[in-house]
Amino acid sequence: MKPAPFTYYRPTSLEDAAQRLRDGADDGALILAGGQSLVPMMALRVAYATELIDLNALDGLDRPRVEGDSLVIPTLTRHATFHDARAAPAPLGDLLACVAAHIAHYPIRQRGTFGGSLSHADPSSEWCLVTATLDGTVCLLSADGPREVAARDWSDGPMSTTRDPDEILTEVRLPLPEASASWGFYEFNRRAGDFALGMALCVIDLQDDRITAARIGIGGIEDHPRRLPEAEAALIGRAFDAAAMAAAAEAAMRAVDPMEDATTSAEYRRDLTGTVITRALEAARLRTLALADPA
Amino acid sequence: MTQSNAPLVGQSVPRREDRALVSGKGRFLDDIASPGGLHAAFLRSPYAHARIGTADLEEVRAMPGVVAVYTARDLAALLPGGQRLVTGLPSSSIAFALDRPILPEHETVYVGEALAMVVAETRAEAEDAAEMIDLDLDPLEPVADLENAARHDAPKAHAHLPHNRLARFGFSYGDIAAAFDGAPHVMSRRFRIDRGGAHSMEGRGVLAAPDAMTGRLSVWSSTQTPHALKRHICTLLARDDAEVEVTAPDLGGAFGPKLVTYPEEIAVAAAAQALGRPVRWVEDRREHFLAACQEREQLWTVEMALEADGRIRGLRGTLLHDHGAWTARGLNVPYASGMMLPLMYEVPAYDLDIIVTVTNKTPVTPVRGAGQPQATYVMERLLDAGARACGIDRAEIRRRNLVTPDRMPCERPLKLRSGEPVILDSGDYPRTQATALEGIGWHGFEDRRREARARGKRLGLGLANYVEGTGRGPYETVTIRVARDGRIKVNTGAAAMGQGVGTALAQIVAEHLGRDPSTIDLTLGDTREPYGFGGFNSRQTVVAGASADAAARVVRRKVLQVAAHLLQMPEENLDIAADLVIVAGSNSGEGLSLAEIAAASEGLPGYRLPGIDTPGLQATERVLIEGMAFANGCLAAEVEVDEATGAVHVARLFLAHDCGRMVNPQMVDGQILGGLAHGLGNALYEKMCFDDQAQPLTASLADYLLVTSAEMPVIEIAHTESPSPLNALGVKGVGESGVIPTAAAIASAVEHALEDLGIEISEAPISVQALHAAIRAARPGGPE
Ligand SMILES: Cc1cc2nc3c(=O)[nH]c(=O)nc-3n(C[C@H](O)[C@H](O)[C@H](O)COP(=O)(O)OP(=O)(O)OC[C@H]3O[C@@H](n4cnc5c(N)ncnc54)[C@H](O)[C@@H]3O)c2cc1C
Repeated sequence: MKPAPFTYYRPTSLEDAAQRLRDGADDGALILAGGQSLVPMMALRVAYATELIDLNALDGLDRPRVEGDSLVIPTLTRHATFHDARAAPAPLGDLLACVAAHIAHYPIRQRGTFGGSLSHADPSSEWCLVTATLDGTVCLLSADGPREVAARDWSDGPMSTTRDPDEILTEVRLPLPEASASWGFYEFNRRAGDFALGMALCVIDLQDDRITAARIGIGGIEDHPRRLPEAEAALIGRAFDAAAMAAAAEAAMRAVDPMEDATTSAEYRRDLTGTVITRALEAARLRTLALADPA
Repeated sequence: MTQSNAPLVGQSVPRREDRALVSGKGRFLDDIASPGGLHAAFLRSPYAHARIGTADLEEVRAMPGVVAVYTARDLAALLPGGQRLVTGLPSSSIAFALDRPILPEHETVYVGEALAMVVAETRAEAEDAAEMIDLDLDPLEPVADLENAARHDAPKAHAHLPHNRLARFGFSYGDIAAAFDGAPHVMSRRFRIDRGGAHSMEGRGVLAAPDAMTGRLSVWSSTQTPHALKRHICTLLARDDAEVEVTAPDLGGAFGPKLVTYPEEIAVAAAAQALGRPVRWVEDRREHFLAACQEREQLWTVEMALEADGRIRGLRGTLLHDHGAWTARGLNVPYASGMMLPLMYEVPAYDLDIIVTVTNKTPVTPVRGAGQPQATYVMERLLDAGARACGIDRAEIRRRNLVTPDRMPCERPLKLRSGEPVILDSGDYPRTQATALEGIGWHGFEDRRREARARGKRLGLGLANYVEGTGRGPYETVTIRVARDGRIKVNTGAAAMGQGVGTALAQIVAEHLGRDPSTIDLTLGDTREPYGFGGFNSRQTVVAGASADAAARVVRRKVLQVAAHLLQMPEENLDIAADLVIVAGSNSGEGLSLAEIAAASEGLPGYRLPGIDTPGLQATERVLIEGMAFANGCLAAEVEVDEATGAVHVARLFLAHDCGRMVNPQMVDGQILGGLAHGLGNALYEKMCFDDQAQPLTASLADYLLVTSAEMPVIEIAHTESPSPLNALGVKGVGESGVIPTAAAIASAVEHALEDLGIEISEAPISVQALHAAIRAARPGGPE
């Protein structure tokens, strides 16, 4: 398990990195972020890089900040940054803290980065799910300048994105949910720390006990995380009760096109879709009750 | 120094191994420096079955850092003693020999089989070159499925074989036809147990270093059996016994797969000798997944005949056993399964037909448990089914059938592979079960279960009884010598692999020689001693322990004889306390030191030996052990099943356990906990998946689910000590104990949790997907 030979480059700025990537991308130069996916893949020789352009020495790329009504997450922000719910305003900070705890294991979360997760685009990436569900924006930089991609256009297949090989992901912007919104997340995997077999994130706005807006995203089910408009539509205008949740789960199970792998069938994942959505919605409903009755 | 009279054997003396290991001072294979050393990497077969053509190696040989490249033909010149490893145990039931080649020349028979070896200045360069070898491989149809493999029209796992049925044998006693004829209940079931690995933290590895001055070859290997490795190297490289030294350094676990000698070990030794430089190969995890031996895949078609009251009338059926692609150890695993199935219950008639089948998969040798977990699983599943059929409690049907303590030692109508009868030596099985039931709260659980169900939760309790055959003979050598400086030197063929055998032997020896384990220096896995075996089959505390105990008694006698002579006192009045011989009972701190006694024992020119007939304070013992000591236990498990996902959460395990006299209770617990973790993997997580071309699909730790600390439930252990009459210490082994009952007990608990749905568990591991499908099928409407 030794990687094939490669050269190593430590850029002095994002622009320097972009130029270097422009020069080397065709030959197989790659960005190195946390290395938690890339390094093992190189060791197994399922990934080859002629050159690694290591962003880690660049300053100022690892602290999230609020700009306008968005949370800006620079690419090197480590997963573990969100262990602390104060890394983002409520309720987003709590949401990210809850989700972060499900990413891999503690040591991996110290190194793995938000931008690396988005670029790697694993079907079970929690950060891809969050970005898709909240309709975030992915910001890229190449030698030609910056470019923005809407979350829904980001991933186009398993571990595949619309990023060009010579573009660097610089940051991700997440719109801040309403302070009154309640959210729920549920992830199912076989062992703690594994990639999810299925997970759901929902953000619900209620007015006068009726659901006025709903976001429901799923991950680990299809080849990339996405929102499920059919499931969301099943909730709008209804009371936040068991019947509404069941309707959303039903709609989701009909709408998804699940993956299949060595140990898990599409049928299992379809059924799991209903379960994770129901459980995420139930978590959101409990939060709604807590908001309505803080005692 | 221990002044109290409490025996050392039986105390939780801290493990002498741990200080070095936990402070980073352990010396594992890859820690051993070899200045000027080279590194090997292997080209491994990408196909499960293929004809091997030729390769043009010129370009590869010219790559940076490459020193040598070997295919089968190149290696043949370095192996004057033969090119096959004969590691299988003999058996008259075997139809054809399948000894594996060091490197195959014409045909490869499993994914991961080493086909060529590159030796280079660095491991990375060796891997770069191995990747560039363009070896012609012409794929052949593989045998991927155990059930198909046994059919007459199946493809052949080796092109030249007449068929894939390596062996057919069985166990049979009693009047089986009569047992089934008119039986009130007959349970007919099929069970499937899947293939998995052992996954020691440290993989295999070998370092061979030739000495230009002496011509000797020093070999270090992460192996359980350094003696066997030495024998194979001497044979295949045609070297004299005295010219080869094999050492097993610290092992980061072994659990079975480091039992047999492997092709890589021979290839590396041969290359080092040929190149005149040290050569090292350290297995990586992917190689471990592909090429380290695995176990457990078995298909059972069995029937149990019962009386109306649940007493067993008879047991019969067929066991189809996956042997893998080569014979690396022989028939010991299926043999153990067949022997184990009826062993601890009163089964008046038994007939099992065992078919051992070659497949195009990694060779099979024991993995912790070695056939016993499968048999336990099958027997315990049948008993659960039987309890339901008879309408009695699952614990009660077991109680009615268990061998009772008044029958101990109890000869069974079964034979060990040596031909000796199987004798259950000691133990109180019904009481062990009662302890487990009490511990888990068997009675009174119904209320908890009902109350949980009302909250939408499905709880279940399960149990499984088991015996563990331990202490496989014939012997292990132990030599004890009091050195001139008074230190007690213990040398043995017994091998350490992390289990603490050094601590146990030091306790046993110190018991007779001063009762202070810190005065003892151990050399384990010592191949300078010509007769030895190593670690497997939960044997060393029993077998090496017996020799250590005997040798220590002899040396003690000699120490006291010399001291009696020097002090002019009767021997009976003397005792050894730490490194002094003292007047028994005295605590003045005065006495004759072991160093003085050792010096005197050597004798003086022209004088008589001081009170002894042979010089020196030394003894070598090889106590012969014929029977096996059977440890036993009962595991009770509490689970919660998530009906919507098929997930099983194991909440609690309670193990009632009896491994005879415990040398070191804390180490016994450690062995049990590790075994239970592995058993939990077998119950719910660990499964090597292959596609229909026998390509492994789960060859990484991301895909093959090992149990982590997060999955470990609350575990409680209760010990009983029924001394074994088979050895002076009364000990039994414990190394495989925890793993044997776990899959069975958890399956039992899952069935209980789903009782109202009538779901039976017949596969191990239970996957979330399979359980989910079963729940779905049982409730067409699906979970609410
Ligand atoms: C045992 C284990 C369990 C895991 N479990 C999970 C899990 O449950 N959920 C989960 O989401 N992840 C999981 N991961 C993956 C982990 O989160 C990684 O950290 C993440 O996928 C990649 O982030 P990284 O910063 O480590 O990226 P790297 O490994 O450095 O890079 C990954 C890929 O992205 C590219 N890349 C990285 N940054 C940029 C950039 N700024 N611009 C362009 N390209 C870039 C690299 O070139 C590479 O191709 C797990 C990893 C391991 C080892």
